[in-house]
Amino acid sequence: MGTLIVKNRAGDQLSIKAEGSRSLMEIMREGGVEEILALCGGTCSCATCHVIVDPEFMDRLEPMSANEDEMLDSCEHRTPTSRLSCQIPYRDELDGLGLAIAQDE
Amino acid sequence: MTDWAWRSRKTNEQSWFCLIETDGGDQMQHRDVVIVGAGHAGAQVAALLRQNKFQGSIAVIGEETELPYERPPLSKEYLSGAKEFDRLLLRSAGFWAEHNIEMLLGQRVVAVDAGAHRVTTATGAEFGYGSLIWATGGPPRKLTCAGSELVGVHSVRNRADVDRMITELDQTRNVVVIGGGYIGLEAAAVLTKLGKSVTVLEVQDRVLARVAGEALSRFFETEHRAHGVDVRLGVAVDHLAGRDGKVTGVRLADGTVLPAEMVIVGIGIIPAVGPLLDAGLKDVNGVNVDEFCRTKLPDVFAIGDCAAHINKYATTSGPIRLESVQNANDQARVVAKYIVGQHEPYDAIPWFWSDQYDLKLQTVGLSGGYDDVVVRGDPAARSFSVVYLKEGRILALDCLNLVRDYVQGKALIKANLKPDRAALADAATPLKSLMPVAAA
Repeated sequence: MGTLIVKNRAGDQLSIKAEGSRSLMEIMREGGVEEILALCGGTCSCATCHVIVDPEFMDRLEPMSANEDEMLDSCEHRTPTSRLSCQIPYRDELDGLGLAIAQDE
Repeated sequence: MTDWAWRSRKTNEQSWFCLIETDGGDQMQHRDVVIVGAGHAGAQVAALLRQNKFQGSIAVIGEETELPYERPPLSKEYLSGAKEFDRLLLRSAGFWAEHNIEMLLGQRVVAVDAGAHRVTTATGAEFGYGSLIWATGGPPRKLTCAGSELVGVHSVRNRADVDRMITELDQTRNVVVIGGGYIGLEAAAVLTKLGKSVTVLEVQDRVLARVAGEALSRFFETEHRAHGVDVRLGVAVDHLAGRDGKVTGVRLADGTVLPAEMVIVGIGIIPAVGPLLDAGLKDVNGVNVDEFCRTKLPDVFAIGDCAAHINKYATTSGPIRLESVQNANDQARVVAKYIVGQHEPYDAIPWFWSDQYDLKLQTVGLSGGYDDVVVRGDPAARSFSVVYLKEGRILALDCLNLVRDYVQGKALIKANLKPDRAALADAATPLKSLMPVAAA
């Protein structure tokens, strides 16, 4: 059992319980982060689960796939630590991960 | 999910059902917003109303007993068993209660009195409304031939449909899919991978005939055949044969009989708008809405699959219906904003996806009405795009295992320009290089 520290668009910090091998997107959706749309359900077909990861945690994440990288190119608000949260499975090493919901496109 | 969470969900569901039972008496209740339909569109408009700080009362009346869930995985990850149902929920059970959104599930609205601003459910419960949002989608179109009611004949529209299919899988060796559209092809891909012998029947001369160009149709036919699916084109079904109430086969118009313990019918939906027509609308294909998703009935909106709207990305100037998550979500956004006083017309660019085998198809724009097609790349390499043009302007792209073209092509469509055709046809030329350079 761990925790994600999620900053929503209003800047509020939410502490979301995380466990198992589900994606960060699913954990946030289950945890009530309403700004996560994830319209394609986690298949890397849209970019509506875009998050900006705390740079300190970037080296703990698996590198992104070419598909994710290219989908992120559709995001006006992409940053160097942008990721699609549906493409990151939760692992114990990610306990305490900080991320912010990207601005609406 | 933990055991605790599971029990808490059950408790929530029961309390919602109790609400209906105790409230079903003579006294009419009032909600500021009544949403009919608990699919993608209905769930999203409810959630967005709260996100937009709407303070009034909201009730969602849904025909299924499930909380709102994602439908696209029904023909993919849910059917294959890769995802359990919990993972399809659009929001957690607690979300609806926390946001004071009443979920009245297992209830069907059968009548709308637009003058009195009142809906009536099949059990006789009445709800007054300030605004009514019709987000019902529609039931799957059924076969009209003999045998269509046999056990073993399925649609893929809701959880119960797929749960029934799953319980029959052990006794199923042969599957016939009627209809070569996306739902049918996705189901065929999953069932083939599960080891079933699958035949796809399409009445037209190619699969995906209504939604895609020939290059994409032929590609998917080739892929399915390579995976062992028997794809038959230009064939008509005469009737379904059965024994003891169970389907045993499909008889084609030419007399051929295909054995089948399971038949999947994927031939579209019929918009569920009867009560709105009874209330005075004269529309013929769903219900017509304006750019704010307003029907001609006062304070009645319609969104999602059942809403026929003017789409700026369509070549036709008449109303069209789009059956997609994108359309459901973006129309929900328009109505949620409208109700809180932000009037922003619907102008979102349509997009869609379909996953079959290891193939990722992404579509952007609307291809209907094209007069030219450019294929970028070699379909045999399993990574290519089909670009649809009209009078030199890009209408739409179907991108197969080519996310880059999907993303960059979307920008080209929005820019509404006339790209150089030779450059467009050259797969080595990135689509973004065709964008005009901003004037210095």
